[in-house]
Amino acid sequence: MNLLSDYSFLQTAFIAGLLASIGCGVMGSYVVVKRIGYMAGGISHSVLGGMGAALFFGFSPLGGALAAALLAALLIGWIKLRWQAQEDTLIGAVWAVGMSIGVIFIARTPGYSTDLLSYLFGNILLVSREQLWQILVLDLLVIGLVLAFYRQFLAVSFDEEFARLRGIPVTFFYLLFLCLVALTVVLLVQVVGLILVIALLTLPAAIAGHHVQTLGRMMALASLLGMLFTTAGIALSYFWDLPSSPVIILVAGLAYLLSAVFSEWRHQRRAVAAAG
Amino acid sequence: MNAENVIEVKQVSFAYGDVPVLEKVDLEVPEGEFLGIVGPNAGGKSTLLKLLLGLLQPQQGEIRIFGQPPVKARRFMGYVPQYPAFARDFPVTVEQVVLMGRLGTGRLVGGYSRRDHRIAARVMAEAEIADLARRRIDQLSGGQLQRVLVARALACEPRILLLDEPTANIDMRVENELFDLLRQLNERMTILVVSHDIAFISGYVHRVACLNRTLVCHRTEEIDAQAIKELYGGEVRMVHHHYH
Repeated sequence: MNLLSDYSFLQTAFIAGLLASIGCGVMGSYVVVKRIGYMAGGISHSVLGGMGAALFFGFSPLGGALAAALLAALLIGWIKLRWQAQEDTLIGAVWAVGMSIGVIFIARTPGYSTDLLSYLFGNILLVSREQLWQILVLDLLVIGLVLAFYRQFLAVSFDEEFARLRGIPVTFFYLLFLCLVALTVVLLVQVVGLILVIALLTLPAAIAGHHVQTLGRMMALASLLGMLFTTAGIALSYFWDLPSSPVIILVAGLAYLLSAVFSEWRHQRRAVAAAG
Repeated sequence: MNAENVIEVKQVSFAYGDVPVLEKVDLEVPEGEFLGIVGPNAGGKSTLLKLLLGLLQPQQGEIRIFGQPPVKARRFMGYVPQYPAFARDFPVTVEQVVLMGRLGTGRLVGGYSRRDHRIAARVMAEAEIADLARRRIDQLSGGQLQRVLVARALACEPRILLLDEPTANIDMRVENELFDLLRQLNERMTILVVSHDIAFISGYVHRVACLNRTLVCHRTEEIDAQAIKELYGGEVRMVHHHYH
């Protein structure tokens, strides 16, 4: 029996996982080293507001998700630059307000209320061919911009003050960077749903960070790990007849735990070797 | 302006909110000088450097660097901050950090040029960290990291080098090495170094500016290290001011 040809939806799901892993590895690495996981969480949850509004007014949910994610990213970025002290409160507000708007719109949209769960937790097995193209385009956009401005993004995320002294337009690149996080979040929402995005964005990158020396290698390894986790997760969920997103996340979570324990053990062994 | 002065500060005042930090500060720095700025904590030393770099704007008075406002003259200045503004566990190598000094030159898109890599290699050799080039920054000692920050500033190919408490986190032996390096660099660039340790820097600098909200300059011959030590005791490294 050939699973892949028998079930073209499974094939599409695997490709979606592979494609999403690239954007996720690249931007996830920035999110981890900059420690802005909470900010990425706020952006991803506010996406529901855009999706709900798009459903209610009859636009494509992807368009709504993109608009909401970019709006949330710019709003959070602007707030952070203006009133640094209240950053976490305001991220929490954007997070909850976005979700509330989404839930209300979905409740008022006839016939769609049962789909709420699939937005929250995603269903990679239902990704369409058209969505594959959308994921590919978002991927290319994120990777293209990161490659073009790699020096600037590295400098701004490493040392903002020094970047400013070298004449880099820090505010512009900071906001552009948050917009790329927003694009990546939208890309991942289609795969694992908006609640679990944050795990797929951070776990592969955090594991990669245990084992490599530079941000570029971290991105490459995180992308490969993301591919491994989504592929393994889809396969396991298929054989065990379980929802795919939670299985993907549990695979990633387990790998993170093992990697953290291993790197801690290696660290202590080196310390002992250095001392003895 | 006087063509020989690379830095001219005229009647500059600055306050954080209601707290005055600098009051009517005047300072002229001729090209090639090695100037030490000393004073108590919170005396305004770091603030003065940030004003010179254009990171802060004076509420009164005027600052000119090479006859230009600080923001426009930034590319002539290399800055070594007191505390690294970055996370020590950031996955980045020494070479990548030093290369950041090349930012703002060359093309907008893509990687560093061959010339950038050449300059980075040269300044790493000068700061004696060439063998650390591929090492991640969280594996460096305090003294090594200090040299990386100096090399990053040198990669800007500055005409003025500004250092804020460069010896705060390193031991005495490394401190001497660092100032020997600065003395070499002073042969081709103007250097301003902020320190709380007047006894130590007066062995290296041409002139000392004492800053405690207001600024008073002394030639180093006027205040030798021993006199200060006797006056305030070896352990007390605060500078009080005598207005002549």
